[in-house]
Amino acid sequence: MPHTIAEKILAARSGLHEVDAGELVTAHPDRVMSHDNAGLVIRQFRAIGADRVFDPARIIIPLDHRVPAESERTAAAHKSIREFVRQQGISAFYDIREGICHQVMVEKGHVLPGELILGTDSHTTSYGCLAAASSGIGATEMAAVWATGELWLRVPETIRIEVRGRFRPGVAPKDLALHLIGKLTARGADYKSVEYYGPTIAEMPVSGRFTLCNMAMEMGAKFAIVPFDGRTREYLTERTEGDYTPVAADPDAGFAERYEIDVTDLVPQIAMPHRVDNVVPLPEAAGIKVDQVVIGSCTNGRIDDLEIAAGRLKGRSVSSSVRLLVIPGSRSVYLEAVRRGVLETLLEAGAVILNPGCGPCLGAHQGILAPGERCLATTNRNFKGRMGSTEAEVYLCSPAVAAEAALIGEIPERLG
Amino acid sequence: MEGEILRGRVFKYGDSIDTDVIIPARYCTSYHPEELAPHCLEDLDATFAGRVKPGDIIVAGHNFGCGSSRENAPIAIRGAGVSCVIARSFARIFYRNSINIGLPILIAPDAVDGIEDGDEIEVDPTTGTIRNLTRDGSWQAAPFPPEVQEIIQAGGLVGYVRKKLSS
Repeated sequence: MPHTIAEKILAARSGLHEVDAGELVTAHPDRVMSHDNAGLVIRQFRAIGADRVFDPARIIIPLDHRVPAESERTAAAHKSIREFVRQQGISAFYDIREGICHQVMVEKGHVLPGELILGTDSHTTSYGCLAAASSGIGATEMAAVWATGELWLRVPETIRIEVRGRFRPGVAPKDLALHLIGKLTARGADYKSVEYYGPTIAEMPVSGRFTLCNMAMEMGAKFAIVPFDGRTREYLTERTEGDYTPVAADPDAGFAERYEIDVTDLVPQIAMPHRVDNVVPLPEAAGIKVDQVVIGSCTNGRIDDLEIAAGRLKGRSVSSSVRLLVIPGSRSVYLEAVRRGVLETLLEAGAVILNPGCGPCLGAHQGILAPGERCLATTNRNFKGRMGSTEAEVYLCSPAVAAEAALIGEIPERLG
Repeated sequence: MEGEILRGRVFKYGDSIDTDVIIPARYCTSYHPEELAPHCLEDLDATFAGRVKPGDIIVAGHNFGCGSSRENAPIAIRGAGVSCVIARSFARIFYRNSINIGLPILIAPDAVDGIEDGDEIEVDPTTGTIRNLTRDGSWQAAPFPPEVQEIIQAGGLVGYVRKKLSS
């Protein structure tokens, strides 16, 4: 029988010849990731009565959510994680210096095509940018995976999205991601896998594919996968020496839904408060004043994102009414941005550069909003209270729109 | 929880109740039910934590629990004394987390139509039968697959895996 990528990867990792959508399987993930919430995973691991993890080489732990520790409680949790990785011999531990977990996973060669990867973070779907099937799970079930190496998963139906057309200048993969969420809604891909095809995807660099797969979580997706191609291979050449076997869908695989999108006329998109699927074209949000602009996060914190922002801010000044926060996605992005002069440009324009991490995106620390304030961000969620006060508002956009808004103090009508 | 009939007053909410409003990140350095409970749903309904009584039941629309993977969300709900959540549909990670920590959840769109805020209802989590005691109506929730039933019967995933490892 013909199968989708999700069906093939789950069959292979469950020791079965083939599986169909709807089946429950006991799967063995290739690798698993936890961030600061490894603290809870460790507690549950002990509650289970387990002693040694199933395979220390398959566990990756980057600290990123509250780094450097914003409270004594977090500091204690970080400390317990450091002790645990030492005791268990987990070598892929990345302390607070390294960056946002998803960016680190992809950069450091912990994601390979055709693999099944689970993480205790909803945006684990991001690894589909390298043709892996990856998904977020809870901390308790991660403890079970650490103890046994396996977990039950439902084989998802698959949505096929074909994208054609060339982006207009200033339009980015983030705009496509927001447009898709607006169209499919916040639950449009609940329990489902999404596969992306078409010439626009073929031309999209891994960074943009990352943004697409990351944001697919906001439609409820279990997996979001861009099939393996030359760009995947090229990205991995510099990052891994590991063997991998790419998995492709059969041409006549049973897709539950199919969508075709032409991006030729797509304009920049804005997700309005307080839902990610509350998406409008840029002109409809024009003129909304903003107090804070955030450029970065796992969604848009890569070197090309920072370069786009710097290109617009070069030789100009951030509006005196705006606080511009820039968060490189990882230490290596940060370093690259230093070497290319990107950070110098941003600093000269008046940006505040934060250390790589998740802080402002989830309202953990660094850049909390006051009642009545508005923030325009390249992050992934705009839920009520997400970045601080429940009386604040969060709007989502691409790095180009964010940079432009930082200059004029309001959401622009168009990009010059 | 097997065999136990749940009975309580309904708190009814809409679609896409996200994990940020269930328990905001500012409280998520804690995993203790008693610390999370006073803040449960505070950004959506500030009166909830003060009004909820042990056994009460949340009834909601589609995509309940969408957003982050934070397990603090079902922990906060259970900590507040809520005995069960009934919704038209759940976001997938919240669904898994609830089963794994032993919070009964049921998918029953028809029941959501026939239950109003403040109604008194009765739920048998084993059979999935829901009865409205305030106004007429009884419904049957979609049954859990056998694999999931086993986890629920063990009181959650910790108990289930403990049992499995020791056998």
